[in-house]
Amino acid sequence: MADQLLQVRNLSVTFQTARGPVHAVQNVSWQIDRGEVLAILGESGSGKSVSASAVMDLIDCPPGEITSGEIFYEGRDLLTMSRAKRRAINGKKIAMIFQDPLAHLNPVYTVGWQIEETMVIHGTSAAEAKAETINLLRKVGIPNPEDSAQKYPHQFSGGQRQRLMIAMALALKPDVLIADEPTTALDVTVQAQILQLLEELQKETGMALLIITHDLGVVAEIAHRVVVMNHGEIVEQGSAREIYANPQHPYTKRLISCAPGQGEIHDKVSETEPLLKVREAKKLYGAFEALSGTSFDLHEGETLAIVGESGSGKSTTARILLRLEESSGGTALYKGKDLFAITPKEMFAIRRDIQMVFQDPTQSLNPRMTVYELISEAWAIHPEILPKAQWKARVATLLEQVGLQSEHVHRYPHQFSGGQRQRIAIARALALEPRIIVCDEAVSALDVQVQGQVIALLDRLKAEYGLSYIFIAHDLPVVRDFADRVIVMQGGRIVEQGPVRQIFDFPRETYTRNLLAASLDPDPEVQARRRAERRAKEAV
Amino acid sequence: MQKFLAKRAVSSAISLIFLIIAVFFLSRLTGDPTDLYLPVDASQAARDQFREIHGLNDPLIVQFGRYVWDLVHLNFGESIRRAEPALPVVLQAFGWTFRLALITMAIVTVAAITLGALAAFRVGGIFDRIATFFSLIGASAPDFWIAIVAIVVFAVGLGWVPTSGVGGPQYWILPVAVLFIRPFGLILQVVRGSMINALGSAYVKTARAKGVAPKKTIFVHALRNAMLPVITVMGDQAAALLNGAVVVETIFGFPGVGKLMIDSILNRDFTVVLAAIMVTALAIFIMNILIDFAYAILDPRIRY
Repeated sequence: MADQLLQVRNLSVTFQTARGPVHAVQNVSWQIDRGEVLAILGESGSGKSVSASAVMDLIDCPPGEITSGEIFYEGRDLLTMSRAKRRAINGKKIAMIFQDPLAHLNPVYTVGWQIEETMVIHGTSAAEAKAETINLLRKVGIPNPEDSAQKYPHQFSGGQRQRLMIAMALALKPDVLIADEPTTALDVTVQAQILQLLEELQKETGMALLIITHDLGVVAEIAHRVVVMNHGEIVEQGSAREIYANPQHPYTKRLISCAPGQGEIHDKVSETEPLLKVREAKKLYGAFEALSGTSFDLHEGETLAIVGESGSGKSTTARILLRLEESSGGTALYKGKDLFAITPKEMFAIRRDIQMVFQDPTQSLNPRMTVYELISEAWAIHPEILPKAQWKARVATLLEQVGLQSEHVHRYPHQFSGGQRQRIAIARALALEPRIIVCDEAVSALDVQVQGQVIALLDRLKAEYGLSYIFIAHDLPVVRDFADRVIVMQGGRIVEQGPVRQIFDFPRETYTRNLLAASLDPDPEVQARRRAERRAKEAV
Repeated sequence: MQKFLAKRAVSSAISLIFLIIAVFFLSRLTGDPTDLYLPVDASQAARDQFREIHGLNDPLIVQFGRYVWDLVHLNFGESIRRAEPALPVVLQAFGWTFRLALITMAIVTVAAITLGALAAFRVGGIFDRIATFFSLIGASAPDFWIAIVAIVVFAVGLGWVPTSGVGGPQYWILPVAVLFIRPFGLILQVVRGSMINALGSAYVKTARAKGVAPKKTIFVHALRNAMLPVITVMGDQAAALLNGAVVVETIFGFPGVGKLMIDSILNRDFTVVLAAIMVTALAIFIMNILIDFAYAILDPRIRY
């Protein structure tokens, strides 16, 4: 144990907040050695990033306070070292990359400058740093390294930006690389590339790689060992395969059983007349074609999933259907009327039939309105639905239907958790008694367990209210469990559409196959098999 | 870039034209200059002659047409009071104001940015307290009051500096010090707020993880990002100073464009007022262009 490269022992960190002290982590111990890939797995608020922040001296005191513990790096306790000594280790011996590379790269300096800086502050000469930066950029797969070094972060794609972060972190060949949710904001195919790059670099340099993630799939793909955290405590740790195959702690068991993509596939095919018929829908932004002629039907009582990577046009489809933006061509027939062509007055009447639930309820719910105001506002706009005398009772019923307590009507959105807020957003959509609900990445921001609960809720409400869903998502396992039919989009076009089983088990198009192959399975055995297949393919 | 400059020039020219029209006619509402320049008992003949010389007999619209015609030929007219071309008079005064504004803004910028950045680094610390103190004074104490108190204390009482006028460096101390307070307090607050944001940003976290020292984190990583909103406010404040700090210039007998304008308005010296407005408007137009350039230099995401 004593010769481990990096060792965290009995670490406890407390944050002082307006609501009193929060024990972010308590008595957390883990260690990582050279050549090892360790994952810290946990949901939001589990404290999974806190120990890494303590290692990097990123915890601000106040409001944070390290109340107990030691962090040994090569036998020396980092927590008793001077700030200057820790700065000499940061970036040189222990480096870190983060979730959102656009926010984490300085927007006003060239990427070359930012990579060079890491080397220069740790004593490399400017000329040497310049030359090495080009090498690093080449190594992480950035095209035209010489030109790219002169560019700014906003001129790169999301995946490239994470590659730049990796280049910056690896500039001085650190002993430990900490990656905090490194692929969470990325598309699945890009995620696969970044994980592959991290794995290759780890093997090549023999460094220790610590991955902080909420995603069992990422653990399965890359980690040797895993530490599972819940409410600031480690509930279980062991080899990734062991933990998945034989979880001991009830929390781990629940987490694994909640992983999407394991449920029954819906084999229902609707024969009814389509409720909504979209034909050749187009959307142009200037000369850019965001949506180029998509056609599909939505049947009564159906859950139609639209999947695709960022920029595929899936959200644009939703926005033009709801006339949040005007379409540039095509038709969308609903009850014999073309949604794209009717007057605003006619659209007003139809609005109550088609409602939307957005990705981030923190932003889509007005923070200054109570739950009662948020839900009843719909009836103030469409007074024919419900007389004012019944508003109170109906809000209470709706809250109970979405699994919230009816006595919370006078609370504000910030007093609820993320999952509860999304339930409020669903209750608000239901208030208008719609026929169609468009869910735009409605469960993407939620933790897996909560995600499962919200999906179950949506499924139940569908039966109770006779709803149809357009379910926009990038997360394929969730779609597999929830949808009846799937549309796969890429670059503003529909690549393939069909029943879930057909798309998932017998995909026709290469793009669909790649998308499915890049999606990570929570089972390390399955991922190991896929990796082996991929390598065999690459060797050929 | 050229397109951007052209667009800017056209929109500024349009506002300038409206400004000229408004000022030309509104200033004539103040009354007839003849009443001011000739003795009360001047004969009708003398009055007519005076009006004839200065073109005041023609209908207003004709006067305006003539003014615009002269303007197109870069002739800003003559000052009635001084009996000399208006433009050199205005340019000379503007030169004084420009120097006063430049010195003040230079000191304000350095002081506000340094203190604001340090205040943001330790919220509630010593620098933060100093910053809050100055901002409060700047926001609450009227500058004519500060100016008079400063004269009483430092010029009359202690005799360290002259009370008014221009000359050696000692003449500049009080006007600059009084003009300094308001923009300093305001810009300081904007720098502080903007820096608190920048220091809490993700890229500063990256810099810390790289091992960048605190001083460099503040002044290299955070400050450049924090400067964008600051520049907007700095532009506003500089424009106010270029327009002539009327009160301060008058109190200190400083021969700047603000004092010139107020004197000319009181003297119904219309040509000087109009020339002064055009010169300052042009200066502010140029300054706004420079601010736009500064944006583009500081933030590579902005391109014109």
